Amino acid sequence: MADRVEAMPEDSGDALVRVTDLAKYFDVSPPWLTRVLQNEPRLSLRAVDGVSFDIPRGKTFSLVGESGCGKSTVARLVVGLYRPTMGSIEFEGVDMASLKTRAQMAPVRKRLQMIFQDPFASLNPRWRVADIIAEPIRAHGLMSDDGEIARRVGELLEQVRLSARDGEKFPHEFSGGQRQRISIARALASNPDFLVCDEPTSALDVSVQAQILNLMKDLQRELGLTYLFISHDLAVVYHISDYLGVMYLGRLVEWGAAREIFREPRHPYTRMLLDAIPDLEMSGRQRIPVAGEVPSPISPPTGCHFHPRCPFANDRCRTEMPLPIATATGEVRCHAVEEGRLTEELIRAKRAEAGIAN
Amino acid sequence: MTAGSEIRTISPGFGARVGDSLKRFFDSDVFYSFKRSPVTIIAFLVTVLLILGAALAPWIAPHNTNDVASLNLMDAFRPPVWESGGEPNFLLGTDDQGRGVLSSIMFGMQLSLLVGFASVLLAAAVGTILGLLSGYVGGRVDSVIMRIADVQLTFPAILIALLIDGIVGSLLPRAMHEEVKIYVLIVAIAASQWVNFARTVRGSTLVEKNKEYVQAARVIGVRPIAIMWRHVLPNVMGPVLVIATLSLALAILTEATLSFLGVGVPVTRPSLGTLIRIGNDFLFSGEWWMTIFPGLALVILVLSVNLLGDWLRDALNPKLR
Amino acid sequence: MMSESDPVGAAPREALLQVENLRIEFPTRRGVLVAVDDISFHINEGEVLGVVGESGAGKSLTGASIIGLLEPPGRIAGGEILLSGRRIDHLPYEDMRRIRGREIGMVFQDPLTSLNPLYTVGRQLIETIQTHTDLSEQAARKRALELLGEVGIPAASQRIDQYPHQFSGGMRQRVVIALALCINPKLVIADEPTTALDVSIQAQIIKLLKRLCHEHGAAVMLITHDMGVIAETADRVAVMYAGRIAEVGPVSQVIKHARHPYTHGLMGSIPMIGHDMERLTQIDGSMPRLTEIPRGCAFNPRCPKVMERCRLDRPEPLPVGNSQVACWLYDDPSAEVEEIVFGEAENG
Repeated sequence: MADRVEAMPEDSGDALVRVTDLAKYFDVSPPWLTRVLQNEPRLSLRAVDGVSFDIPRGKTFSLVGESGCGKSTVARLVVGLYRPTMGSIEFEGVDMASLKTRAQMAPVRKRLQMIFQDPFASLNPRWRVADIIAEPIRAHGLMSDDGEIARRVGELLEQVRLSARDGEKFPHEFSGGQRQRISIARALASNPDFLVCDEPTSALDVSVQAQILNLMKDLQRELGLTYLFISHDLAVVYHISDYLGVMYLGRLVEWGAAREIFREPRHPYTRMLLDAIPDLEMSGRQRIPVAGEVPSPISPPTGCHFHPRCPFANDRCRTEMPLPIATATGEVRCHAVEEGRLTEELIRAKRAEAGIAN
Repeated sequence: MTAGSEIRTISPGFGARVGDSLKRFFDSDVFYSFKRSPVTIIAFLVTVLLILGAALAPWIAPHNTNDVASLNLMDAFRPPVWESGGEPNFLLGTDDQGRGVLSSIMFGMQLSLLVGFASVLLAAAVGTILGLLSGYVGGRVDSVIMRIADVQLTFPAILIALLIDGIVGSLLPRAMHEEVKIYVLIVAIAASQWVNFARTVRGSTLVEKNKEYVQAARVIGVRPIAIMWRHVLPNVMGPVLVIATLSLALAILTEATLSFLGVGVPVTRPSLGTLIRIGNDFLFSGEWWMTIFPGLALVILVLSVNLLGDWLRDALNPKLR
Repeated sequence: MMSESDPVGAAPREALLQVENLRIEFPTRRGVLVAVDDISFHINEGEVLGVVGESGAGKSLTGASIIGLLEPPGRIAGGEILLSGRRIDHLPYEDMRRIRGREIGMVFQDPLTSLNPLYTVGRQLIETIQTHTDLSEQAARKRALELLGEVGIPAASQRIDQYPHQFSGGMRQRVVIALALCINPKLVIADEPTTALDVSIQAQIIKLLKRLCHEHGAAVMLITHDMGVIAETADRVAVMYAGRIAEVGPVSQVIKHARHPYTHGLMGSIPMIGHDMERLTQIDGSMPRLTEIPRGCAFNPRCPKVMERCRLDRPEPLPVGNSQVACWLYDDPSAEVEEIVFGEAENG
């Protein structure tokens, strides 16, 4: 099972979810009166700015990036918590924007669910666990008989390795990991095909994180689920993903088959992220030191957003936005890659330089 | 997975749920902090005693002060029982009409509490619903409701009561006016109090709305009304309860003030405020008991309810615990 | 500045910080909870000791008790804390305040809460320097500027007069580090200093902390839940579980050859890039709440190597190689204890 690197299907008619040129701008202007009195302009924050990717059925697509890169906004756009400013999200070929009414939305809604980051905030503290898990069943009218619902809830609880009796309890009686299981059981209640997971393990301790990641993989295999997995932790992403997208300031700088990107990162930002991971194996490998911080997304740098932190940037990077270049399994947006400037020798030289500086 | 294996019933029956809830209450931090605060226990006991005394007045009061036929002017101006001239029949003395002060207080408190509870309930209902809408829907709805609230705050309760009373008085014949006076009073006090509820509920709603369990419900496709009612409302009820308790004390005081000023309840059915006003006329002629005892009753009632409210606020606020 | 620092030359102790049988309790309505139960460890001069553990293991409380910032109703119920041989766990508030800052520096998780939003960064630095030294205003300002440069804040001469909110998260943490180091403390306690930061910033802050403490000769107690940070930074590491130290030893020993079953499970549960496995090793269950810590070894209900004895008696730390391990597996003098093999649980 380990080596599952497959080429992206050429005919992406197999994509369960297709995101095209997705953009979300938030209005972060100061209040009207302030703008008038102090003559300030309207401000918009481009949280997501032209993101495209496909997720094949039954696979896991991960989005990684630092805070403020827009990965969580993409997740919320995909499940319909936000309306896109531009672009489209297709679920099995159906454009979600074309579903106007609640009735039209319902069939898609029940096949698409979300798991949240904070296990302490994602369950209503005043509800019993059984009622929490039954909510999608009741909301979509999937079952009406109370006994039938109770049986299904028990089944779901056992599916996430809890006991059917836990349904009587309240969320505060559970640990963080158990709550995340309840959250997963709720998401599974309407038999979805597609789960959007927004940092589902970031708030958990490592040993509990392992339990949840294992459970998510088991469920994917058992139920044929497709995941959109949002995370800032590259090691977790390595473990769980088939495909990977790296975001920086609202743009997808690189995406493709996960193993491919980890073996041969193309974009300098992807390289930097990989180099920033603490060296748990204490191998003493040489790394390019990380420099600078993520700039404000309200006024992102011109050209390639990453140029102020990029050791390989030139004038073109400062002025011209890079367009996607096809790679073996995905795309990368970088002038240096396009021009073939980013050779292994150059990178090795940079690493060696850093090694001396240390 | 053993999907179809033995599965126990997961929803306990209604009786079990109530029993369970009671057990959880007696085991809760709120009940614990109650047990640990002697002042609160006393305030609670006094409040319960006063409410019981008022509610059961028709049965336990020594005299029915509303029954004009039973009054005897011979009994008028009797001092309390321990003063010379006092009579055991009238423990706290009598007023100018010969009504027993103790009985008057019990009946008066009944009216005061009735007006207080009714107006707070009305204010809480209106304020909570508007606050929920305002916080959850946001945008224009929010602006409109909150601007109305701002305007409302510029009118004191007394002014509202006088206004409504004036309008009703000019529209209705005198007899009917007397009848609706209590309702006017309730609406006027509620009108001055709903803003508190609306603002607090709006604030809590804004917090709850952004929590992930509400987002989860939205992703599931639960209707907004259902989200507000079933998810948000139960989680904002804590502060509502606190404000309701503190508002009850304020409502009783407002009612007393209005009645003292003469725009309150009809004189035929005196409330605590009315009693104080009537007694006030006799304060300097020596019949002090006619105003002091209703006044004391009012102070004790308001103080106890306020103490309960303060405790509830602290007990429900995890930061202070 | 350093002249007055070591009055007790007569009774030299090797360790800079010595914690003996520390016990921290929380009295609650349901009885007394023992959050840290009889732990002992030391930090040598100039050494980085990593303290790692899951949330609720007691690591932050241990740090807070050393600097005397244990929040009531928490209290030190037993044991001693010695700094350079001098007991500091029962000092009056004023004396402890003098030790904080002069001898022990602090770096917390959230840099925003450790800086006063109402004063400029420079003001806070200068005030801290002047509280603990006799430097003049000018000299203190000069020292503050030096420090800001040292922690890598660009254009320090302009930024010194800015307020904390004008700094980014990473820059604020640099300021906090400058604040912690401005009096040349002998010990810095860093409680999750990188947890609130992005990966790329985290790498910078770890490097900075490590370099500066080395240059200033300060020892560090680095409290974190992130084994990666420990591997990058620490010389020795103490692994805490349910208020006890499960294992303490040189960092490479603990990470590569974990001896305690908990540490072993913990290491296996961390996903690593380049390690392809379908499932991660998982320790079932979760750390017990303080109210329900089991008898004997607190880890026994989750331990794959559990024995009868683990359910009855609490293991005390035993020397194993260069480490100390609190586990009954190592109590059999006849066995070759170095060679305890853990089954490769469920990896395919």
